[in-house]
Amino acid sequence: MTALQVGALVLVAVGAPVVALVRDPLRQAFCFGVFGTALAILFFVFQAPDVALSQMVVSAVGLPVIVILALAKLREEEAEGEEE
Amino acid sequence: MSRPARFWLFGAGALALAAMLVLAIVDLPGFGHYPGPYGDLIEQGGESATHATDLVTAVNFDYRAYDTLGEEFILFAAVLGIAIVLRDRRGERKRAPGAPGTEGGLVRPSAALGMVGLAMVGPLVVLGIEIAVHGHLTPGGGFQGGLPLGSAVFLAFLGGEYAAMKKVAPHAAVELGEAAGAAGYALVGLGGLLFATAFFQNFIDRGEPGRLLSAGTIPLSNIAVALEVAGAFLLLWIEFSDQALLVVPDDSGDEEG
Repeated sequence: MTALQVGALVLVAVGAPVVALVRDPLRQAFCFGVFGTALAILFFVFQAPDVALSQMVVSAVGLPVIVILALAKLREEEAEGEEE
Repeated sequence: MSRPARFWLFGAGALALAAMLVLAIVDLPGFGHYPGPYGDLIEQGGESATHATDLVTAVNFDYRAYDTLGEEFILFAAVLGIAIVLRDRRGERKRAPGAPGTEGGLVRPSAALGMVGLAMVGPLVVLGIEIAVHGHLTPGGGFQGGLPLGSAVFLAFLGGEYAAMKKVAPHAAVELGEAAGAAGYALVGLGGLLFATAFFQNFIDRGEPGRLLSAGTIPLSNIAVALEVAGAFLLLWIEFSDQALLVVPDDSGDEEG
């Protein structure tokens, strides 16, 4: 196993608990993006570039946008609820 | 259940799971020592059979193109479900894009961030097309290329205004693109039934391996899937953005009880 592969494994092993332990959903969305990118690097250094590309676009772009937009809607509704 | 009891129950379960995982992982074949026959068979005969130089794409869009059809329609059905759940409901009002208050729902980007976002639209489009149409040659393909294509359009919103993006990508056009992509891939399969012998059988000249126009129906499939994926994710983001920016409770009072 090369140093790159060990590094990528460590990055993923550290990243996964961070995503699970962060309590604020907005921060969680960003942590998930970084974790997903780490996962993509892992796939890449283990010679699966096709999977790495899919992983990168979904976790860094696809999912965080959805989470952030949903949070924006929730916060707006909370703000309106407080005004009334 | 009390807190300590829960802790011990979880601890025992986690320990058992960890033990089983370790047992399973120790027994795995080493990295690169895959024991099954299929990988070796495809590695030896895949290129001469499909004329695709990226064998992952060859597997996805030739050997098991039928499975990929199923996967494609999973995405299609999922986005359809989102569109139905987030439809216009009674008691809610959808403001027109660009109406007062609709652009402030999210924090406006600084001028520099907006510029970077808009400047990335062109390169992302090129990157998406590049990844999609070279799917049979290099790593990538329709799915991997479709998402950059979709996000390029979405950048017009992140870097500028939501109303501007709605003008560039009207809802109907995005839906049409998604549907055309999904149908296009199914039609490639039907073409195999019509012009060859079986569903998804290759019916176009395979050409010289390594050329852009080679590998028969694989590039066609990739383009169709790219269109479907770009449309699907864009539709998803538009549905969520509509909810976040445009849809507000209807206070006009004509609601029943």
